[in-house]
Amino acid sequence: MLNITDIIETITMIQDEHLDIRTVTMGISLIDCFDSDAKRSCEKIYEKIARSAENLVPVAEQIEKKYGIPIINKRIAVTPIAMAVGASGGDAVQFAKTLERAAGAVGVNFIGGYSALVQKGFAPGDLELIKSIPEALDITDHICASVNVGSTKAGINMDAVKIMGNVIRQTSERTSERDCIGSTKLVVFCNAPDDNPFMAGAFHGVGEPDCVINVGVSGPGAVRSAVSKAPKDASLQEVAEIIKKTAFKVTRMGQMVGTEASELLNIPFGIVDLSLAPTPAVGDSVAYILEEIGLEGTGGCGTTATLAMLNDAVKKGGVMASSSVGGLSGAFIPVSEDAGMIASANSGTLSIEKLEAMTAVCSVGLDMVIVPGDTTAEVISALIADEAAIGMVNSKTTAVRLIPAIGKDVGDSLEFGGLMGGGPVMKISKVSPSVFISRGGKIPAPIQSLKN
Amino acid sequence: MRAVVTVIGKDMVGILAKVSTTCAEANANVIEVTQSVLQDFFAMVMLIDIEKMNKDLTELTKALEENAPGMTIHVMHEDIFNSMHRI
Repeated sequence: MLNITDIIETITMIQDEHLDIRTVTMGISLIDCFDSDAKRSCEKIYEKIARSAENLVPVAEQIEKKYGIPIINKRIAVTPIAMAVGASGGDAVQFAKTLERAAGAVGVNFIGGYSALVQKGFAPGDLELIKSIPEALDITDHICASVNVGSTKAGINMDAVKIMGNVIRQTSERTSERDCIGSTKLVVFCNAPDDNPFMAGAFHGVGEPDCVINVGVSGPGAVRSAVSKAPKDASLQEVAEIIKKTAFKVTRMGQMVGTEASELLNIPFGIVDLSLAPTPAVGDSVAYILEEIGLEGTGGCGTTATLAMLNDAVKKGGVMASSSVGGLSGAFIPVSEDAGMIASANSGTLSIEKLEAMTAVCSVGLDMVIVPGDTTAEVISALIADEAAIGMVNSKTTAVRLIPAIGKDVGDSLEFGGLMGGGPVMKISKVSPSVFISRGGKIPAPIQSLKN
Repeated sequence: MRAVVTVIGKDMVGILAKVSTTCAEANANVIEVTQSVLQDFFAMVMLIDIEKMNKDLTELTKALEENAPGMTIHVMHEDIFNSMHRI
């Protein structure tokens, strides 16, 4: 017989602690859709997405009902669209329109993969796609764009970094009437994973199978609640143990949902991403876990060490719970999507500099950080370069999702709504890196890249 | 296939009767029941067989909520508990 304490624990986690499946993401390869005629490519892409993902939303809803677990988002990740643009030439935006139409047809929340991988240089289609990002994100609602500008193996493509500073600014400018929402759907990566189910960085890597189901879980609220039950004098090993056990349970749920979705859709199961994704809902916050462990505020001294421990414990707990782990798998620290982070940014406890240090030990990077509207493209590029360098040297994924708040300054705030949340404009150094950025070229791959 | 029904709320006469009648109407066989009342607070966990049920789990939850108003009711497939709490 099932243990009543276990049953009540699961129900409390779902009902009171916001435990949910953040996303079931279907990866779809579009390689067989690329045609030398752009119009034909678009038709094939639409047809393949509509056919492959036809049942994604109904199946996810069926699982929600069967197990009583909310599945917040149903998403699709596709092969980087820059390759389609490369095959056909022509205007990249038509592909964004096609994806948007396909998203509407199958009813998903987001489609990721308006992407280019340019860590070592630009292939045909890459530059066209990158330059079209501001327009594509302005005229669509469900498309997410990402650009991988560096990797441990290849180094950092500083020409791409320079361009991305401008692209981020332009994307914000084009959507400035809507709280600069365009930039919330654009992420710049170093070491981007091929099987990430989370937005805005999801795309379907070229080494992936034709179709695959990946799952991302949530659960910071459940971890925080478990930690809060430990006495204040419990040692950090004990706290790590509690986090591991909770992460195990959360991941098992993700594994179960992924397996079930994969069976019902008859599509292979890919990975569970172990990351604890926060939401702006009070209580569902990674920052609050850090504070529960013993910090007065997130961003103060001790934050990096606490986050490192949390990130590691989440991985250790999760890795045993799933048959295949992938994606980003760690702790997310998106500022505007996390009630505790927002509070710390508002009170001035959390600075961009501290966030940067935190990204060296967590799974992603400077995520959903709102900067003043007069931040120059060079400063944005230099910040991207800093983040990419952390990822490159430490052989980990780092990313930048920055929102220049056009027409606003420190003291103002932006509201995106929904999972994206909202938050204050944060102070950023304005010291000019323009000579460094205008040099262009590449930062050579570090010695760590020579592993063979 | 089995599901777990949990009913939590203020104690009153006939909760168990109403819940089990609703399950019977749905052709769900009750396998095990654990129930307790602590300071007017009613908590029940019921394991039911849903193999031959004539409703889906959402419909059953709805019927239970209508028949036992004011109670917090969850109906969830047992696999979620097995996967989360057993290795």
